[in-house]
Amino acid sequence: MASVSDADLKAMTQDERVKALGMTTDQLTGRSMYMEFDPDASDRLTYPWAPDVDFNKRTEVDCDDKSTTEVNKEIRALMDEGYGTVVLKNPRGMHSLGVGILSKLNLIIEGSTGYFAVGLIDGPNVRINGRVGWSCAENMMSGTVMIEKNAGSTFGAAMRGGDLVCRGSVGSRTGIDQKGGTIIVGGDTGALSGFMMQRGRMVVCGNAGKNLGDSMYDGTIFVGGEIKSCGVDAVEAELSDLDKAWLTRKLTQYGLMPDKGVDHFTKIVAGKQLWNYDNLEPNEKKLIL
Amino acid sequence: MAGTQYRGSEIKDVNQFLNDADGLESEREKEIGQHIGYRYDVNLVPDYDRITPFLSKYMETMGWDDLNWLEDVHMGYEEGMPAVFDRNINGWVRVPNTIELPDNQQDRDMIARELLIKFQMSDRHPLVTLRKAYTKF
Repeated sequence: MASVSDADLKAMTQDERVKALGMTTDQLTGRSMYMEFDPDASDRLTYPWAPDVDFNKRTEVDCDDKSTTEVNKEIRALMDEGYGTVVLKNPRGMHSLGVGILSKLNLIIEGSTGYFAVGLIDGPNVRINGRVGWSCAENMMSGTVMIEKNAGSTFGAAMRGGDLVCRGSVGSRTGIDQKGGTIIVGGDTGALSGFMMQRGRMVVCGNAGKNLGDSMYDGTIFVGGEIKSCGVDAVEAELSDLDKAWLTRKLTQYGLMPDKGVDHFTKIVAGKQLWNYDNLEPNEKKLIL
Repeated sequence: MAGTQYRGSEIKDVNQFLNDADGLESEREKEIGQHIGYRYDVNLVPDYDRITPFLSKYMETMGWDDLNWLEDVHMGYEEGMPAVFDRNINGWVRVPNTIELPDNQQDRDMIARELLIKFQMSDRHPLVTLRKAYTKF
């Protein structure tokens, strides 16, 4: 990589920066990208650009009379100052609170939030002492999110990693398009939960609504209560000893371990009958043509 | 429906895709000349008895009680080589030949997680350059 100072980069346009950094615009369509690990890489444990925060350094932010943007910018500024624990007071159902936090932080929200709370996060541990609206932790990459009360629909939509926990019940389409991570629901979940799930794990301690796991591609859903109905291609599988050990560990960790253990959980996986590769269906194409 | 049915093959052996890079076993795979599905079990949950000291340190640094997002990281096999998929670059990162692979998938997954963390947190990761190029000043 070409050596260019940050001051020089700041003075450039984006196109100029891309050229100065020696980045190319290769056509990658149809190719796998390969690199090789450096076995001597440093043992750093956070991203190079992450602020150095201390969990023991704590502060509070009063959300009253502030816009969402102002609150979110203040969180970032506090992280740059080294604060590792930030408490948000009086959120009063604000939307999009705490989005885009990309490094470690303890974020405590004292109250309820609106939609898209803590979306797109990568690393923080969040505790919300209230309810949340639609799409909480949408596209979450890593970290932990704990909701003390109930959550709205599309809880953890397109989630990619981390633990997303709701102690209460959640709405419909929980974990729609989930691509990784773990969603845990202490109560019930609504219809079409796990719709088009691709991987990851969903644990529902209560009941699941109709069409659970509809069109799921991969991943695992564990349900402790009753399942109203399974969706297309969602099938029951055997609960292994490793599954039981993992469930026990995870539910104990979040204080949601049922008194009767985990043996009664039903495991739902993809039947893989819908796996469809367009270029892999020569016979069907012949029929169409 | 378009007549699609899963006609892939089962994963039977930890070295299956090292010994047979193409992985064509079922009739359907032989017919189309391509392996169907992943080359590892994406639903395999980690065995925490096998966690490494480095990963424990990472969990402690992040304030997590478990592997968190790394539970979804596994050692995969592409073109007969062990590799790990890095979601941040949407590509495979190969495991060097100098690293000896254990004889079971759980221990291999722990190595994969460790290597991926070291790579993602290093200055060599492509996101470092991307960030410099596209960040908002």
